Amino acid sequence: MSPQSHLRPDQREIITPEGLSLRLTLAGRSARLGALAVDLACIGAILLGAGLALVYTQAGLGQWAKRGEAHHAAQFLFILWTALMFLLRNAWFLIFELGPRGATPGKRMLGLRIAARDGARLTTEMVLARNLLRDIEIFLPMVAVLSALGGPSSSMVNWAAAGWFLLFALFPLFNRDRLRAGDMIAGTWVVEAPRARLEQALSAHEAPIDYDFGPAELGIYGEYELQTLERVLRENQAPAMEAVARAICAKIGWSAPQGDEVRRFLDAYYTALRARLEQGLRFGRRKADKHDGQQP
Amino acid sequence: MKDWPNRLLARFRRGAAQEHSIAPATLRSDRFRQAREGDWRRLEAIVTAVEKGRLRRISDDDLLDLPVLYRQLASSLAVARETSLDAATLAYLEALAQRAWFITYGPRRNFGGWFIGFLLGGWSEAVRAIRFDILVALALMVAGVAAGWMMVAHDPSFYAMLAGQDPARNPASSAKQLRETLFGGQDQDALAAFAAYLFGHNAQIAILCFALGFAIGLPSVLLLLQNSGMLGAMLWLFHGKGLLLDFSAWIAIHGTTELFAILLAGAGGIHIGRAIAFPGELSVMASAAAAGRRTAPVMLGVVLMLLVAGMLEGFARQLIDSTPQRLLVGGFMLTFWLVYFFVFGARK
Repeated sequence: MSPQSHLRPDQREIITPEGLSLRLTLAGRSARLGALAVDLACIGAILLGAGLALVYTQAGLGQWAKRGEAHHAAQFLFILWTALMFLLRNAWFLIFELGPRGATPGKRMLGLRIAARDGARLTTEMVLARNLLRDIEIFLPMVAVLSALGGPSSSMVNWAAAGWFLLFALFPLFNRDRLRAGDMIAGTWVVEAPRARLEQALSAHEAPIDYDFGPAELGIYGEYELQTLERVLRENQAPAMEAVARAICAKIGWSAPQGDEVRRFLDAYYTALRARLEQGLRFGRRKADKHDGQQP
Repeated sequence: MKDWPNRLLARFRRGAAQEHSIAPATLRSDRFRQAREGDWRRLEAIVTAVEKGRLRRISDDDLLDLPVLYRQLASSLAVARETSLDAATLAYLEALAQRAWFITYGPRRNFGGWFIGFLLGGWSEAVRAIRFDILVALALMVAGVAAGWMMVAHDPSFYAMLAGQDPARNPASSAKQLRETLFGGQDQDALAAFAAYLFGHNAQIAILCFALGFAIGLPSVLLLLQNSGMLGAMLWLFHGKGLLLDFSAWIAIHGTTELFAILLAGAGGIHIGRAIAFPGELSVMASAAAAGRRTAPVMLGVVLMLLVAGMLEGFARQLIDSTPQRLLVGGFMLTFWLVYFFVFGARK
């Protein structure tokens, strides 16, 4: 059974250069919108702060003794402002995405990052390319929509322009891989940055197992039930475990355990079932769930 | 944060539980895990440090072993997928393999290193890679200039449409007025600010011209035609007053750089449009991605060229007030770019 069959609709399999198949989870559209909002808010805050600082400096320049010097200083401030605008608009995303995390602060906050679609290295050229198109995807649609909405000059032409730019802005809604126009040009996509801790192995016990399950007792369940049982054991909630123990016992015709015995019974059943299913795996037999007719 | 004693205790117990769990593993998949767990955790520690940007805290041994540990993890994962039904361990391995893959195949060189390589050959190589599109864009610009000239020559009322309303520069202006727009700008004192403004404005237009290549290149073509049409109309205007050479020199001092940059941006847009419209043997996606990667360095170069052009326009054009000198600077810049792009490092 290939891993392909386990893929959820939002998962994609890529083959790394070592031949390892990895399952990447595509970032949700709302998460990406959230990340963008965080980044734009950061940019806006910096612009606002820098703007205020410049205005105050400018006001302070008025007290300068020599007018010529004040004039030169004001010019310098204007250049600073122009450079800052340009960098924030074009380099903010670029610089962060070139870092080791491949993510802007917004993406980092929402647990996203960018990756190359072909499984190979994410190159500087890709990051450059995907960010060169941001202008027509974010800033121009915003400007176009605002100018179409506001003012007496709003006309059909303005709305046509807004619609045209919105096509770019809404591009991720219209394709399976949720690619921005920039992603398409660069060969990248935005995926979830994975996080998982190594949990303790459930099947290794301190106490010896004093239950003896035969093939008839173990043959009824498959992998799906095993992993459901694993989840219940990890959550370790007494009512859920009792219910599961009762269900299993009803199925195999045993009397249900009580009290402290529930956990011991389930641990033992889990270990025995996993041993049996894993043995089947080694012989190339897989039992997906209880309806899978193929007996391991 | 009030539950920190409990969390600390839980963490301690977790460690203790793991030590206990080593002894009685009955399943083959658990013995497999026990044998490799140390290496997995070591890889995880390195990966976490890299992700947090704490590269200095990683020992040399760890850094050297990173590729080895990654390959071991890759094989662990492949084996575990075939032999283990422990969902938690599989999830851990999947996530760790991805994180390590991101590190191993993330952007490796820092931007500075990449940029030096870009200046020393990457840039001109990228420009040469799209030379066909540059020729197309050049043909479009020449056609645009010719069309602009002929349109205004046919009917001067087209001038405002092509080059905009300008009180100092229009078909009704006298030769003296026009001449004043070309010379005598030395006493302006806001040159640096003017240069910065020009750069920002032009760079944004160039990026737009490139980005619109995404719509099968048509908007890039239109932008090229529009810009060169405007140039054609202005050439006609100054020609009519006997100022063609002076105007050409006035344009050339920064124009050989700026128009070259616009040409490259348009060519990049056309390249992308062509890749999407005619993908050939590749899929549209693969073709578009390859074209994007080829043209992205060209566009970074375009931005740099516009920075140079902004300085030339803001400073040099205002400070140098004679036609021969302007032509000299403009010609030098043109030669410089042509040699840099098409001679430097081209040994194939």
